[in-house]
Amino acid sequence: MAVPVVTIDPAAVKLSREEVLRYSRHLIMPEVGMAGQQKLKAARVLLIGTGGLGSPTSIYLAAAGVGTIGLVDYDTVDESNLQRQIIHGTKDLGKPKVESAQETLLDINPYLNLKLYNVPFTSHNALEIIRDYDIVVDGTDNFPTRYLVNDACVMLGKYNVYGSIFRFEGQVSIFGDPDGPCYRCMFPSPPPPGLVPSCAEGGVLGILPGTIGTLQATEAIKLILGIGKPLIGRMLLYDALDMAWDTIKIRKNPTCPICGEHPTLTELIDYEQFCGVPAHDRSSYGEDQAKRPVPAISVREFAGWRSSGQAFFLLDVRDPHEAEISQMGADALIPKNVVRQRLNELPRDLPLVVYCRSGARSADVVRWLEDEGFTKAVNLAGGINAWAREVDPSLPTY
Amino acid sequence: MANIKIPTPLRAYTSGQSVIAVSGGTVAEVLEDLTAQYPDLRPHIYDGDQLRSFVNVFIGEENARDQHGMATPVAEDAQLRIIPSIAGG
Ligand SMILES: [Zn+2]
Repeated sequence: MAVPVVTIDPAAVKLSREEVLRYSRHLIMPEVGMAGQQKLKAARVLLIGTGGLGSPTSIYLAAAGVGTIGLVDYDTVDESNLQRQIIHGTKDLGKPKVESAQETLLDINPYLNLKLYNVPFTSHNALEIIRDYDIVVDGTDNFPTRYLVNDACVMLGKYNVYGSIFRFEGQVSIFGDPDGPCYRCMFPSPPPPGLVPSCAEGGVLGILPGTIGTLQATEAIKLILGIGKPLIGRMLLYDALDMAWDTIKIRKNPTCPICGEHPTLTELIDYEQFCGVPAHDRSSYGEDQAKRPVPAISVREFAGWRSSGQAFFLLDVRDPHEAEISQMGADALIPKNVVRQRLNELPRDLPLVVYCRSGARSADVVRWLEDEGFTKAVNLAGGINAWAREVDPSLPTY
Repeated sequence: MANIKIPTPLRAYTSGQSVIAVSGGTVAEVLEDLTAQYPDLRPHIYDGDQLRSFVNVFIGEENARDQHGMATPVAEDAQLRIIPSIAGG
């Protein structure tokens, strides 16, 4: 197994007169100094994800003078990103995220050597992409890619500066040290599909990735400079609601399948299959082994039912605060996570039309209802957002 | 009584409560008490009788898995927490 040591030769690069001026607040600190700033310039950091976490990490690493930064992201800038992905702006809507990020980063620091990977990060390209970097910063948004980043970093002997967020909570740690634990030591197996919502489903405080991403940038800089006490074998936990920080210990698991004494994982695997969920929305995972299809009704067909006076029962399975954003006259609001305890409130003799924001949660509910003998349950395809787009434009989409 | 901190993703099953007072002398007993108080939580941390493998229970700074697992003793005033797997970025 390779040993991750950030060995960067400060003599490999020189700072120009302009760079000396630019980095003067670093140069006058003994912990950085000229040698440290040259190390930063010689360093190569790969950021996986240019979203909530990748925005602040890349901005601060570029500003601090990290010489080479790689950005991996296949996505384009969407309006719903701008609440937290501060590297992108309104003018960038529709652009590839890596290109939008490039404009911001080169404006901040034109001396930066930026490499863009406008592709999904997969088992096929992970090793090839990571190989050329000293440190990896994990700012991805899904479990399959988290395990992929971990395994690839352990295999190649790279530090993996981990950050993860959900609603008001954040986690930060460094994995991949030969004597320290890896992500799998802490999380040996992923949660079953559907049990832990993503930020797209569960939401995230817009500022939270700023807090966690800047901590990742701090740890990356410390690793490059070789100063301070890195977050190896420790995980920092942040709760924005309580405004509380805690540190827990993570121990290396001797039986870890990738970093343990007798590793059984010697090559990258199919991480979507491992986690049971697709890694990104262009993935074909699940198309063939999809969950059982459920009966569905289009929003236009449902509009026809309504205008013809057909009898039905309309069930909203979103969370109550989502109903404050948009409503379409539901007969009942029973959030998905409690619907199985409240089946007695639902009619079995009427068509039971189930909806959520975009149709995914309601499809799960229709599947459960069928299992419970509700033969007339149907999913409103595309959810209330489709209804807003195609039938009732007075409603907002979210 | 010991306290256990519930992570955000699981608070939907504890009526929104983030810290819950629990009794019991071991991790197993404490979790038994917790899921007796909040039965909706049970399927999310147990698979049958087994603690789900992605659920990390910490006593102070230490993972129960690195101690004696479900038999790890819990002091009267212990601060426990469930560390969630979260993947947002
Ligand atoms: Zn490991």
